[in-house]
Amino acid sequence: MATYTLQINQKAHTVEADPKMPLLWVIRDIVGLTGTKYGCGIAQCGACTVHLNGNPVRSCSLPVSVAVNKEITTIEGISENNSHPVQQAWIKEQVPQCGYCQSGQIMAATALLKKNATPDDKAIDSAMQGHICRCGTYPRIRKAIKTASQLINQKASLK
Amino acid sequence: MITNNVSRRDFIKIGSLSSIGLTLGFYLPAGAKDNSIEFLTAEAAENLGIELNAWISIDTSGKVTLMNHRSEMGQGSYQTVPQIIAEELEVNLDQVKILFAPGDGKKYGSQLTGGSSTVRGAYKQLMKVGASAREMLIEAAANKWTVNKLDCYAENGFIINKTSGKKFGYGELVLEASKLQPPKDVKLKEPKNYKIIRQPLPRQDTPLKTNGTAIFGLDKKLPGMLYAVVERNPRFAGKIKSFDDSEAKKVPGVRHVIPVKMSVFASLREGVAVVADTLWAATQGRKALKIEWDDTGFEHLNTEQLFSRMRDDLKKPGLSQRTGGNAEAMFAKADKKVEAVYETPYESHSCMEPLNCTAHFKGDSCEIWGPIQAPDWIQNLLSGLIGLPPEKITVNMTFLGGGFGRKAFMDYPHEAAVISKEIKAPVQVVWTREDDMTQGPFRPGAVYECKAGLSKNGNIQSFITKIAAQNMDHQWPGADKTIFNGSDVEGLPEGYFESLTHYSFSDVPTESPIPVMWWRSVYSSTNGFAYESFIDELSREAGQDPLDFRRKYLGSERYQTLINTLEEKSNWKARGKNEGWGVAITECFKTTVGEIVKVSRKADGKIKIDKVIAVMDCGWYVNPDIVKAQVEGSIIMALGAATKHETHFEDGKAVEKNFDSYKMPRINDIPEIEVHIMDNDEKPGGVGEPSLPPFSPALTNAIFDLTGKRIRKLPFLLEEV
Repeated sequence: MATYTLQINQKAHTVEADPKMPLLWVIRDIVGLTGTKYGCGIAQCGACTVHLNGNPVRSCSLPVSVAVNKEITTIEGISENNSHPVQQAWIKEQVPQCGYCQSGQIMAATALLKKNATPDDKAIDSAMQGHICRCGTYPRIRKAIKTASQLINQKASLK
Repeated sequence: MITNNVSRRDFIKIGSLSSIGLTLGFYLPAGAKDNSIEFLTAEAAENLGIELNAWISIDTSGKVTLMNHRSEMGQGSYQTVPQIIAEELEVNLDQVKILFAPGDGKKYGSQLTGGSSTVRGAYKQLMKVGASAREMLIEAAANKWTVNKLDCYAENGFIINKTSGKKFGYGELVLEASKLQPPKDVKLKEPKNYKIIRQPLPRQDTPLKTNGTAIFGLDKKLPGMLYAVVERNPRFAGKIKSFDDSEAKKVPGVRHVIPVKMSVFASLREGVAVVADTLWAATQGRKALKIEWDDTGFEHLNTEQLFSRMRDDLKKPGLSQRTGGNAEAMFAKADKKVEAVYETPYESHSCMEPLNCTAHFKGDSCEIWGPIQAPDWIQNLLSGLIGLPPEKITVNMTFLGGGFGRKAFMDYPHEAAVISKEIKAPVQVVWTREDDMTQGPFRPGAVYECKAGLSKNGNIQSFITKIAAQNMDHQWPGADKTIFNGSDVEGLPEGYFESLTHYSFSDVPTESPIPVMWWRSVYSSTNGFAYESFIDELSREAGQDPLDFRRKYLGSERYQTLINTLEEKSNWKARGKNEGWGVAITECFKTTVGEIVKVSRKADGKIKIDKVIAVMDCGWYVNPDIVKAQVEGSIIMALGAATKHETHFEDGKAVEKNFDSYKMPRINDIPEIEVHIMDNDEKPGGVGEPSLPPFSPALTNAIFDLTGKRIRKLPFLLEEV
């Protein structure tokens, strides 16, 4: 066991954990933020995606020790009131069905749009194909990313 | 809007017994049929000692609370149930709070969320409960104003006086209304007057699912709760010979290591549970376990053996389900004989939320929380297994991260309850993805033998099918194995039985220790592939257009309208020579869906699915956007089962353990999907499942159209065609 201070959603959390414990379980079971989901444990489905210094990573396969001194952002840190353009677009296009994979999908989409505010289908495919949705919400995810892109660009042009 | 789980007693307290509002429910008088429900206020029910079924409650501020008795696993009951009640109650959905009802079959009727039954099973009762409350509020307002009821109407949470224009909010009327008798026979709205039903209103659970606040089973936390994982015998029916937990117990955080047994149909699944402070510690402890299994007394089959057994079983006489005329004799003397064998694989449900369940056994009672499709079943099953009366077992539904039939099964809540009882603490049992994918129950694999006789002018003279597959119903203790599985004709549009004279549908149950269970759309998911591929083969053998061939046999107006719509929306007659177009029409849970798939060859020679056009006739429906989402999702799930994944068995164990080998469709695999819903006011059919069965045959029929190659075995790789 070791003590770590983690910077999650701009708040410091001091936790006691086995250095090999994946960040996912620290976030869910020790810090208590349950929006990040367990889906496969082997970085195949993307349900556990969080941002590490702004980049999407699979928290199920990342030992907690690697996340020290880095900015961790979870779905709860995107916005609690659904004000982020990606969340707005997800609501507008009525993306979720069961909703279990959507935290990870949204984390991937926000990271994509930060790097590329107007992604084409190819860019969407490459950013999102690591994420499984068993309900099959893919057509709506694609549509919502385009809607979010419009919202982001409208905001930018207003500034 | 807040989601919560409350007991019925607490709810009544919130509702009317504390005299703060109007609570209304319905009940089935003893021995009554579904259509003779009666409505009662909570007060009257309490006085009469009657348990109310699903109810609504309106408090003095006008806030409406609805009990949702069905699970929300993505299919939208969380939205459609309130949308139905709000229509007749004349309130906006933002005035409505939704609670998940705990399991109680006596109060809610069957709570099994399966068979696409939520809307089609209960819509009239739900509408009537809303309409009755509205009429009572109108009566209360009329009494206050001393005017005739007919001079008042309800709108948007208010009762309005037609002559004076004065109005009362519902909250101001609930005390008076709660003292009135519910109307005996309330008239329901004409569909043309709907304001909320038929609107694509946004789902109320969406905002909870975009900011991480929706609570799924795995998100449930209790004070003092421990986590458990179980190393189960990978051979389904095997037992534990011995185990050594000395290393497991050395893992920091591990508190208990105990053997567990849970019932899976007629047998017990045995395993060793490791219980720890964190899930991580439990999984580390599990890795350190040394277990010797006793795998004697049952077969260790592999996939090849299973399928050759099914092929052999086809030589036996089948358990006959549905026959007409003299199919074999007509086949023997048919002008042209057509025969084909189709095979469909075993599949895992693989819900994105792996199985899990939280239980707190408290000595004289037990409480369960989890992603659950059938809370009342669990209540009844656990009662016998853990020795408590059903009313002492509370089963709470969380949101489900997918269900697809798997979460109607009761093994995982049983396991959680047994472990909590043993360790005397609240516990969450978590199945890893590997547990979830390898332990079953699975969709059974199946082999279909189809035979038909065609006349010289291309008409079907005789139609014969026989299925060999594991029979889901034969797994239960004491099951009568001489009974057919009741599902041979699932998936085939009922209209064929009106147009065909000589037909025979039968099945041969195949024996195997592998547990099998419903998988989205159940038998239709595989029957649909066999029957609609075969119909397509017959149309080709008859030299007739595949759509016209089906038109000939599906004569009723509803089928004809659906076929005409498919033809028109796809521009069927204009299809080009270098394209492959396939059609399939199936019927499942009283809903008919036709799909047309268009395929072409890419520049690199590989097959590409260009577009899917789906037309659904589900009769009366609630929310067109939810219907559309279910059609899209069903097609994508079918795409996976047709072209991506299959569960194999080797030496009696499931081979595919995670998404690296059990491949799922990804965003880049998805064709354009266009959905059309037929508008009519026929009885509602299912929505969550019926669009799945026609996809795979429409796809393989399209591939035949393009390439001349007939695919009779699923799954197949698109890139290998």
